[in-house]
Amino acid sequence: MTPHGTRTAAPTGRSSSTGRGGAPVSLREVDIRFGDFDAVRGATLDIAAGEFVCLLGPSGCGKSTLLNAVAGFVTPAGGEVTCGNAPVTGPDVSRGVVFQSAEALFPWLTVRQNVSFGPRMRRMPKAQRAAVEDRYLAMVGLSHSADKFPSQLSGGMRQRAQLARVLANEPSVVLMDEPFGALDAQTRLVMQVELDRIWRDTGATILFVTHDIGEAILLSDRIVTMTAGPAAAIKNVYPCDLPRPRDLTDPASAALFRQLREDIGEEVARTLRAQGLDDGHDGRSTGDQKGAGR
Amino acid sequence: MTVDVRTDPAPASVAPRRPTRRRSAKPRLTRIGLSVLSVALGILVWDLVSRNYTAFFLPSPMLTWQGAVDLIRDGTLWDSITASSTRILTGWALGVVIGVPVGLLMGCIPWLRLMLDPYIQFFRFVPPIAFVTLAIIWLGPGEASKVALIFYTTVFIVALNTLAGVLAVDDLRLRAARALGASPLRTLVSVVLPSTVPHVVTGARLAMGNSFLTIVSAEIVAAQSGLGSLIWTARNYAKTEWVFVGILALGLLGYLFDWILRTVTRTTLRRYGVTF
Repeated sequence: MTPHGTRTAAPTGRSSSTGRGGAPVSLREVDIRFGDFDAVRGATLDIAAGEFVCLLGPSGCGKSTLLNAVAGFVTPAGGEVTCGNAPVTGPDVSRGVVFQSAEALFPWLTVRQNVSFGPRMRRMPKAQRAAVEDRYLAMVGLSHSADKFPSQLSGGMRQRAQLARVLANEPSVVLMDEPFGALDAQTRLVMQVELDRIWRDTGATILFVTHDIGEAILLSDRIVTMTAGPAAAIKNVYPCDLPRPRDLTDPASAALFRQLREDIGEEVARTLRAQGLDDGHDGRSTGDQKGAGR
Repeated sequence: MTVDVRTDPAPASVAPRRPTRRRSAKPRLTRIGLSVLSVALGILVWDLVSRNYTAFFLPSPMLTWQGAVDLIRDGTLWDSITASSTRILTGWALGVVIGVPVGLLMGCIPWLRLMLDPYIQFFRFVPPIAFVTLAIIWLGPGEASKVALIFYTTVFIVALNTLAGVLAVDDLRLRAARALGASPLRTLVSVVLPSTVPHVVTGARLAMGNSFLTIVSAEIVAAQSGLGSLIWTARNYAKTEWVFVGILALGLLGYLFDWILRTVTRTTLRRYGVTF
């Protein structure tokens, strides 16, 4: 279990019962700048079709920026992002995005109408839409709340609604930007188990941004760590092929957890030093803080 | 760690759909009671003060009531109210219908916003009353000049409020819409417009208030009918109580229009976040 920078083979033998399966995503020497600010430099990463990859790192390290580049919200200053072998030039229905904030839901639409938004934009006939709504509402366990408004839902239910809304477009890639970051620990655990199941049901490629090491281990095929920004880069790639469902207390998971905590701890310590704060951390004590820096 | 839980820790008490300030029956009665008491006191003070002056200087509530009865009997009051209301509603409705798309377009097209900005910054400080004379020269003394002035006052307020609403739309929603396959035009209609509804309603309410200010000045300068005209012609007959009737009618009419607007928008546009 040593970090290495090469791609691992695509997980094989995963059948997709719904959706249209995954598409590969590839980043080549991607540079992202905001004006004078150098956010990401030279990021290269290959994600296989149907793979679940976590971008793990401290806050402000550029992992969300990288995800936004794959989503097409941000245009790289250099390098190339491709999805399913086509260059990414802007947002597209084949790349669904689940945001951390439930504010991304449309509050004037019911849960069902939110889920229906993508199909409606694609001018899917109404009768067909109803079937799609039902299927994905059921998949995320929101059938009983279909006619409620987002403001009537709990935080976990809102994130389920966001996920259903994205899945209704049957994307080949699902980009998740700390989707469970705002949830309480118990709800987060439930959502992680559910996501694992949904991922297997849809067969979509998932790129998942988190700063929660445990979450990354529970979900990922591979875990990618990043160096602290500015000019963030991909630091290490950890294969994570433990049997599913995963258990953080088993020795292999625990070993990986320690390794990741050290890896991220170094970056947190470096950021603190750059800010002139003498940290006194050796990396062990910072990496597993759930809300580190948020 | 491998807990098999299929459902959320069920939210025992789901937050109410929108926190409303619904009062129970008793405080509501108290509230109405206080309002009635306050109005009664006001009339009492008016009556007491009026005893010290002539009816020409300050007519008493009783005399004003008699004036109102006279004006109602000969149909003048009703005609004045309908004339003013028609002008206000026509100009205001046109202003809202034009102001909303103008505000939306300004919000979405930066160069259009920059081009219109100098005009808006300039005309913001020119009150509609300043245009009364011009409106009459250009559009004649008929209905068109009055409606045009109401339109002018409304379209600015509504467009600027809509613009503010567009600029305040959460970027997250726009990104979500784009990633879900909405074209720019459909994003405008399906996401931006619904997001700006509370701003539009606020603008429409403000504009309604300003329409009342405008209509009186316009009718005083040039009109054979309307509440402004009633107030102005009362002078010719030395009937100060008619002036009071006109003022009271304006206030009550404005209150009624605002109440209707508020009630209708609150019930029909609730899901867009209109709660006042």
